[in-house]
Amino acid sequence: MNVIIELEKPLLELEAKIADLKKLNETQRVDFSEEIAALEDKARQLKQEIFGNLTPWQRVHLARHPRRPLALDYISALSGFTELHGDRLYRDDPAIVAGYAYLGDLPIFVIGEQKGRDTKDNLYRNFGMPHPEGYRKAQRIMRLAEKFHRPLVTFIDTPGAYPGIGAEERGQSEAIASALKVAAGLRTPIVVNVIGEGGSGGALAIGIGDHIIMLQHAIYSVASPEAAASILWRDAGRAEEAAQRLRLTSDELFEFGIIDEIVPEPLGGAHRDPERIIADTLGATRRALERLVRLAPEELVDRRYEKFRRIGSHVELAHDSAAR
Amino acid sequence: MAPTPQWLRRRTVKPEPAGDVLWEICRSCGERLYKKDLAEKLWVCPRCGYHFRLHALDRIALLADGDFQELAALLATGDPLQWSDRMPYAEKIAGDRKKSGLLEAIVVGLCRIDGVRVGLGVMDFFFRGGTMGSVVGEKVTLLIEEAARQRLPVVLVTASGGARMEEGVIALMQLAKTTAAVERFSELGLPLITVLTDPTTGGVSASFGFQGDIIIAEAGAAIGFAGRRVIDQTIRQKLPEGFQSAEFLLEHGQVDMVVRRSELKGVLGKVLRFLAAQAVPA
Ligand SMILES: [Zn+2]
Repeated sequence: MNVIIELEKPLLELEAKIADLKKLNETQRVDFSEEIAALEDKARQLKQEIFGNLTPWQRVHLARHPRRPLALDYISALSGFTELHGDRLYRDDPAIVAGYAYLGDLPIFVIGEQKGRDTKDNLYRNFGMPHPEGYRKAQRIMRLAEKFHRPLVTFIDTPGAYPGIGAEERGQSEAIASALKVAAGLRTPIVVNVIGEGGSGGALAIGIGDHIIMLQHAIYSVASPEAAASILWRDAGRAEEAAQRLRLTSDELFEFGIIDEIVPEPLGGAHRDPERIIADTLGATRRALERLVRLAPEELVDRRYEKFRRIGSHVELAHDSAAR
Repeated sequence: MAPTPQWLRRRTVKPEPAGDVLWEICRSCGERLYKKDLAEKLWVCPRCGYHFRLHALDRIALLADGDFQELAALLATGDPLQWSDRMPYAEKIAGDRKKSGLLEAIVVGLCRIDGVRVGLGVMDFFFRGGTMGSVVGEKVTLLIEEAARQRLPVVLVTASGGARMEEGVIALMQLAKTTAAVERFSELGLPLITVLTDPTTGGVSASFGFQGDIIIAEAGAAIGFAGRRVIDQTIRQKLPEGFQSAEFLLEHGQVDMVVRRSELKGVLGKVLRFLAAQAVPA
């Protein structure tokens, strides 16, 4: 159960009441505007109380909110999106959507990790957890972008790559490792958008780029809190504790120098104003691309190398025995 | 086993022996084995052929001709998250140093393997499960960059549970960093050979582990993306016989060959000589 749904319930009830009252105000002779103003004031206050100071665990749930805009919501907002299917080797993976489109007048290739909207859709999309063939489709699209000198735009939203028998048999490790390698050397601009959940290597596989944008309430971490808790303490039930320790929020990632830009969300999360958040994200992508397309491919790849080269935190000890 | 190189002898701290000082029980056949004999047999069970996990320094002694020159030996983690759970991360690291006799989960350097000069990196599962954090990422990158400068092949021997949770997203980004180094190295036409040993999973298999031009798996090694426990919890069905073993991967086309430990050095030498030799002029 998503903890945000419980949290936002009183707010949604209050907002419904306000809407009712507004309707009455229009149709009845009685003037309710004072009551409406008072309730709107209360709603603002309540919103601030609920969302003003979310814990990391609540932010994880906000990033997983069932009404949060998904990759295809962003991609459909582009003009002339044409979906391209399949890895040419095994099958088409619905957990990764890909194709080409126009961002304004700029022709681009796009890759997105796609979760489902409801249970049925989620079964089809495998909860946004790609198989190797998804990552191989992504590699195909990356190579097309390079070949035809089109920028690549990606949308990250996955709890992680799928851990299953078929995925292992068909080389999940190799598929991710190769996607990383293709992206690292790709001679065309790449803009990455972390829109929801960025979980582990399954997210990073489409996460190497020249400009990394993250939505304010998206999360990005070495593993989903559940997986991290299971790895660290053999207890997925301690996910909340893992979420606190993993430092997976956008402001923390910005401080670490891992992302370049945060797209602010409305108080309460992206799903409270999807149109605006989609427009803002695509706007940020567009601005980044306008800058990046001016760079020569060699310079682009060199800068990308340096961008990831400097990430890390290490010290040089004075001598071998110092720490022993 | 190859003679212990000078630099290895200079190390004052030996890894703390785990369990019994003299005897070891084979995990596969249950045979009680005398440790001294086992070390002479390269930690391979003489009864059933089970390959015990090898310390990085023992692996280097096995592979290097005896001239191993260590690089970036004194790098230690900066603890970017200031992590603490049941104890501070710094304390866990201190414990791992005692257990492994190493400062971090990988040793990198330059040496000869069967006469061929290479950059060699060897991971150690006894240090934090061989996980990759900032230091492992940095040392792998430095090794590849140095080998590129000197136009040497690189051999990476992996043993890892994946990215190191205690360094969070910074650990995840080491996949990107090492990959960028591999990609640049690869563009120079230089060979990367990876040797996947028990176990190799997660962020290490999903980055340089499976980016080798030639991928060798050590006999019996468990290799995969997801750990068995995670897969068990996700799908809740019986896993196929030998699932994620080196032999299973060979059958599924994921690795080039499965090699027994006693033959590893010879095989590496042959592959290196073939790839590094001057091609026939056009
Ligand atoms: Zn045995």
